[in-house]
Amino acid sequence: MTNAMTMPPGDDAAIRAQPSAWRKLVVRIPYVWLIAFFLIPFLIVLKISLSQTALAQPPYTPVFDLAAGWRGLVGFFSGLSLDNYRLLASDPLYVLSYVKSVEIAAFSTLILLFIGYPIAYAIARMPRRWQAALLLLTILPFWTSMLIRIYAWMNILQHDGPLNQALLALGLVKEPPVWLATQTAIYIGIVYSYLPFMVLPLYASLEKIDAALIEAATDLGCPRWKTFWLVTLPLSSAGMVAGVLLCFIPIVGEFVIPDLLGGSSEPMIGQTIWMEFFANKDWPAASAVAVVLLCLLVTPIVVYQNQTMRAEARD
Amino acid sequence: MRKVSAFNIATIAAGMAFLYLPIAILVIYSFNASRLVTVWGGWSVHWYGELLADAPLVRSALISLRLALTAATAATILGTLAALALVRFGRFRGRLLFSAMIYAPLVMPEVITGLSLLLLFVAVAVDRGFWTVAIAHTTMAMCFVTVIVQSRLVDFDRSLEEAAMDLGASPLRTFLSVTLPLILPAIAAAWMLAFALSLDDLVIASFTTGPGATTLPIRIYSEVRLGVKPEMNAVCSIMVGVVGVAVIIASLLSKLTGARGAPSQ
Repeated sequence: MTNAMTMPPGDDAAIRAQPSAWRKLVVRIPYVWLIAFFLIPFLIVLKISLSQTALAQPPYTPVFDLAAGWRGLVGFFSGLSLDNYRLLASDPLYVLSYVKSVEIAAFSTLILLFIGYPIAYAIARMPRRWQAALLLLTILPFWTSMLIRIYAWMNILQHDGPLNQALLALGLVKEPPVWLATQTAIYIGIVYSYLPFMVLPLYASLEKIDAALIEAATDLGCPRWKTFWLVTLPLSSAGMVAGVLLCFIPIVGEFVIPDLLGGSSEPMIGQTIWMEFFANKDWPAASAVAVVLLCLLVTPIVVYQNQTMRAEARD
Repeated sequence: MRKVSAFNIATIAAGMAFLYLPIAILVIYSFNASRLVTVWGGWSVHWYGELLADAPLVRSALISLRLALTAATAATILGTLAALALVRFGRFRGRLLFSAMIYAPLVMPEVITGLSLLLLFVAVAVDRGFWTVAIAHTTMAMCFVTVIVQSRLVDFDRSLEEAAMDLGASPLRTFLSVTLPLILPAIAAAWMLAFALSLDDLVIASFTTGPGATTLPIRIYSEVRLGVKPEMNAVCSIMVGVVGVAVIIASLLSKLTGARGAPSQ
């Protein structure tokens, strides 16, 4: 900005004109990559969800045939159908799977908020020089594989594993309870895996709160719980929204956690896509399940994007 | 000055215990001499030795390493370009779609990303294997790279570049000798995080892989589905170690230059 103001207009134009070829390249390379490997694949999923299963390679029809020209195009569109979506709506297995995924995601996000908030709050209240280290410690487990972290819990939760051994030794239970292949295990796994996603955005918004505001409230005789309720909590709402979305969206489509810790009797939707694809080889059905899942998630994803873009604009 | 309350310390201690105890137990049990995974039989490195003798596992580990190196490098180049475009180019045509495509993969369920990429590879009839997984991992990781490099570029003091330009340096020269060195630590941090992401991924790799490209997480997954095994404790402990060191180096690098919030999100 200052650049444009201090320089004669001719110079500025010259500087702008010269790098334009570079500029174009800098934008275009990642742009084209994302269109090719993010956008187009989605359009293909959409298309295949409207196709029919076939015993062929690839296992669906119609296949778009470029060589057939216009006739091929007409044949292609007339071959599309909503059959897969009708199947989804009519089979309670799918409907239950969606309902269960959203339910598990909603409850575990709530639990995460209740556990994550005190931790983020406590970190934001620590002396500055400790905060960075504590944050790093919170993030570190996120970078180790989800698979490994869930495997660690399989270790702990198995029938004669450390948890049951400890419970028996402490005399808290007489019979070792069953943990694996239960809903409880899924919740434990999800809360464990997604805690960093909740703590980080909460910390970011709590840390920004001006301490003077809280001091002012205290000086004016506001009790501590009321200060928290009237000042701190509302000021951290952006962080809460970000944390909730960052957890809820991926949890709905979670695969590894319910597959390893839960049973396969009531699969979550991520498991259903996996099964349709790998076990039943029904690609059109798997695509339809994925498209409906995306439709479910599109509202939270758009809200999340608006938030990040607004934050980006503020910076 | 803020005073440190006992309650806050207890909260943090409990939170950290929750995050680290399971991993600690995993690592401790990987040194268990007993074949029974739940009975402690004394310290031993026996299972680490077993791993080296397991040829398919070693092959998978090498594939995963090669894959992570390839994908992290490609993702870093693409992600850095994307960050430059987002921070420096203001409102270019299609910016909205562009930033939407950058942020969406960060929260997209992995099963959808994996499925959609696989269907693309099938549609264009390429043989699936190492390179298809590499493309998939590059696409997933580049968005994380963009976010990290972007946060560094936002803090950047533009007057340094202006000085170089005023002294007659061409824009390319300015970029190479002023901008790039200054954002290099963030780029290095992003590379390491992309490396860790690729090394860890199970779901996307499962969809996009083909014969001869079984990555380490795919191999581990097929083993642990059937239950806890001492060899798997050992291989998981090694992966925790490798990723832990990479992330700590990455965060030290980004701290060195004061890039804020480096490995976040």
